Amino acid sequence: MTVALVDGNNFFVSCERVFNPRLENRPVVVLSNNDGCAIARSEEAKALGVAMGTPWFQMRDLARQHGIVALSSNYALYGDMSDRMMAILAGFAPEQEVYSIDECFLGLDGLAGSELADCGRRIRACVRQWIGIPVCVGIAATKTLAKLANHCAKKCLAGSAGVCDFTRLPAVELDRLLARLPVGAVWGIGPRLARQLGDLGLTTAAALRAADATVLSRRLSVQVGRIVCELNGIACLALEEVAAPQQQIIVSRSFGIPVQGLPELEEAVASYIARAAEKLRRENLRAGMLHVYARSSPHRQDATHYHGSLMLPLATPSADTLVLTRMALDMLRRIYRRGPVYQKAGVALLELSDAAASQASLLPAAPDNAALMQALDHVNARWGRGTLRSAAEGVRQPWQMKRARLTPGYTTAWDELLCVS
Amino acid sequence: MPRLSCPEGVVVPPGAPLLERPVPAGFPSPAADYYAGRLSLDAHLIEHREATFFVRVAGHSMTGFGIHDGDLLVVDRAGTPADRSIVIAVLDGAFTVKQLCLLPEGVLLRSGAAGHADILVAGERELVVWGVVRWSIHKV
Repeated sequence: MTVALVDGNNFFVSCERVFNPRLENRPVVVLSNNDGCAIARSEEAKALGVAMGTPWFQMRDLARQHGIVALSSNYALYGDMSDRMMAILAGFAPEQEVYSIDECFLGLDGLAGSELADCGRRIRACVRQWIGIPVCVGIAATKTLAKLANHCAKKCLAGSAGVCDFTRLPAVELDRLLARLPVGAVWGIGPRLARQLGDLGLTTAAALRAADATVLSRRLSVQVGRIVCELNGIACLALEEVAAPQQQIIVSRSFGIPVQGLPELEEAVASYIARAAEKLRRENLRAGMLHVYARSSPHRQDATHYHGSLMLPLATPSADTLVLTRMALDMLRRIYRRGPVYQKAGVALLELSDAAASQASLLPAAPDNAALMQALDHVNARWGRGTLRSAAEGVRQPWQMKRARLTPGYTTAWDELLCVS
Repeated sequence: MPRLSCPEGVVVPPGAPLLERPVPAGFPSPAADYYAGRLSLDAHLIEHREATFFVRVAGHSMTGFGIHDGDLLVVDRAGTPADRSIVIAVLDGAFTVKQLCLLPEGVLLRSGAAGHADILVAGERELVVWGVVRWSIHKV
């Protein structure tokens, strides 16, 4: 197997730069929901020492000093740019596995070895020209090695200009390269596994590659054994072109303002349910279990800290916003306590099953109003999300998350297009 | 109620029409064999779906080229700009819509209205062609 891993460099920041060239060569960070922590950083911001996950309030001084530009996350824009990027990349290979919003694997089996790096360069140039996003390409015999090759391409350790092809690298050179990478840089080796492997004296990717797969399978897990095989060029992980069916749908948000009253919490939970149920219906699923929680800030570990949570099965699996809302609000009232300052609430739909293959209940249950839900989804698809909604979601929604530094929906809203004179 | 059956392997998404158009119960439509779908503006105006962006015009500097204040531009980033293309350019970090003229003495960005000077890009100035304008959509 020959596989490429293509991913966007500092993807969210790059998306912003396409529509605001003044952000080029400046330190830029994109903040998480509610303008909380840094979730994407430009190279310039990384060089200033801004770590992933740094809370915005902690880097304010640094930002003022160095002119760091902080932006709210514009997921509508990033989602559209991601769709464009994945569609472009799909044109380069017969097989594609979209791995995350900004990276995908491409199966390059048909290409001759000498053409691979050239193909990588063409991919890079095309994505850069068509949508303005810089990408790096790692090419290797397995997905795990392709991930590492991509890492090397990004850090300019081997190959040139954002493309790194392990398949043409002499074994000695590959060993030298892997000896410089910590074992934690290997795909699938998290901090805990890295510690365990470190205890066994395996601290670099090269050491893990040279280890005995069978022994590690026995001592740690089959997964680790598989990673060792993959590092040796024996493919154990196939390209997964079809995404696995969703296990759960979670919608949770921090509030833009501190919330204490039940009415605001009810509005928030009803809105999250509406969003989750819409996703549920789009996937043609029903939920059999509902989880609702509300909590105060985890940074406030005093007596007033509270985390209320409840999970309950539905009598009959449902995809009806109104059925789910009624139940979620009932659950919320049971976990609500007067006193705490709530900072976040969330809902999760679990035990998802195919709507077409659901089992009828013995008990008489409130049936889903499928026609009403279809009308609801059509209206909101045509006129915008939230046009038609349950009264429980509220009107003004003062608790909505803060996105004070949000850029326009350049590709997703007619009245927010790029203006040019 | 009769059950709806589909040939094996055909998945009908909920809400999707089973047929493109209603089928007359009486005499079969003589047009059915010729039905080729309705015209789509997207298909007409957009050559490269992924590389096409919409941009709004602000100002009157390009009226001579038929591009007016408030018009919607269909911009394609996939093609290479040619001499005399109308382009979205980034000049020293700012967006502008101009005609690209490749002259022996350098690149000239031409405006299309009196009172708006042409710009000869020279020296330290940085010019990037962001995309090529394919269509201007004007509301009458």
